[in-house]
Amino acid sequence: MAGRDTMTGEGNGEHDKARRFRDAALPYLDDVYSLARYLMRNPADAEDAAQECYMRALRHFDSYRGPEMKPWLLTILRNVCNAEFARRRKQEIPTDFPEHESAAEELPIWQEPTSSPETTMVRRQDGDTIRRLVAALPQPFREAIVLREINDLSYHEIAEVAGVPVGTVMSRLARARSMLRAAWNGAEGAIP
Amino acid sequence: MNCDDSEILINALIDGELDAGHAHDVEKHVAACSACAEKLTEYREMHDAVSAAGLKMSAPAHLRSRIEKALPLTSARVIAPRKFFQPSRRTFFGGFAVGTALSAALAASLVFTVVGSDQQQTIANEVVSAHIRSLQAGHLMDVETSDQHTVKPWFNGRLDVAPPVVDLTAQGFRLLGGRLDYIDGEPVASVVYQRRKHIINLFVARRLGASQASARLEAIQGYNVRNWSEAGLDFWAVSDIAPDELNEFGQMIVAALHPTGSS
Repeated sequence: MAGRDTMTGEGNGEHDKARRFRDAALPYLDDVYSLARYLMRNPADAEDAAQECYMRALRHFDSYRGPEMKPWLLTILRNVCNAEFARRRKQEIPTDFPEHESAAEELPIWQEPTSSPETTMVRRQDGDTIRRLVAALPQPFREAIVLREINDLSYHEIAEVAGVPVGTVMSRLARARSMLRAAWNGAEGAIP
Repeated sequence: MNCDDSEILINALIDGELDAGHAHDVEKHVAACSACAEKLTEYREMHDAVSAAGLKMSAPAHLRSRIEKALPLTSARVIAPRKFFQPSRRTFFGGFAVGTALSAALAASLVFTVVGSDQQQTIANEVVSAHIRSLQAGHLMDVETSDQHTVKPWFNGRLDVAPPVVDLTAQGFRLLGGRLDYIDGEPVASVVYQRRKHIINLFVARRLGASQASARLEAIQGYNVRNWSEAGLDFWAVSDIAPDELNEFGQMIVAALHPTGSS
């Protein structure tokens, strides 16, 4: 690759753009990948979605004027995931996801909290259990809680990413935490 | 306020999205309603447990290299020296568009902080420049000690704030010392930590353009920068450690400001 020093001006521009993009966008790969895992629900699909997200983001980087890089990338990722789900629905490809959204909603894990008055504290749960509980939330509550708790976005940013008003974000988060709390206190593996 | 409103506002309170007036309203309701008080306690514990659980996943190395390879970069260019002290690099980060209509009457009554202002960008760039300067020989520390009880009093009389100095050695962040620095023409405290071989500068001042709503993480010139506002102080953490490690660091600093068990 030593011969690349004599590249054309145009090549330099592309180069510079790619480097700027890399510096600006790649630090958020863990964020993008994490959201992809919670949306796609398996590692291979999450990797494909993350890669497609970065390729699309690079194509649109010239016209990028904000918002902040992280919510911008997550918005693109969300579109990639939704497009993939739409494609699958159209082709009716049988998937091997046991936790399909409708199935997830049938899970009886968030009934009314069974905590007695003397247990005002939530049970301690290990990281794997917490991850499982979050992953079991139905859309769009799962998405809202992941964007808030894992991607650390503000309500405004979540609203932008999910394409809904801030009021909707607030009610989704309230509902998500309410379901999570019920599942949390009822989950097996709780450390009393 | 009824319990349905309170439920939504409790969540906003935990997420740091309420202004003081609404926060006061919620706290008044919670003081009189044991069901909502219990919810607040449990949600807060859940929120802390989720933060502590580190649910963010690390992208596998092969995914990172797949994406890097797909970018039109030669390997030689990837490791080319970065240009420091070049704030114009970030001018493409415009202000955050606050175009969302606040449809719900409830949401409309809340005050959200508009973040991502130009001033915030200026400070972000200055903070990174100060971090880079500090890495040059002999510039890192004015007071060099791993004892938090030495670092904290050192700032007395030098600043109008008492920056929190926390010993996080057990969590893998070693306290190295403190330094007086200048950001945006104002003196600020910098508390210096070390993670493995990496230096973290934690800049603290009363008003330093940090995000009021929630912590913000961004990358500038290859450094990760996390800013947040807590307990009347603005914090900027800068380092070349991974974004999730810097997040973890920030959360530990915040946690240290709110010792558990005090409620």
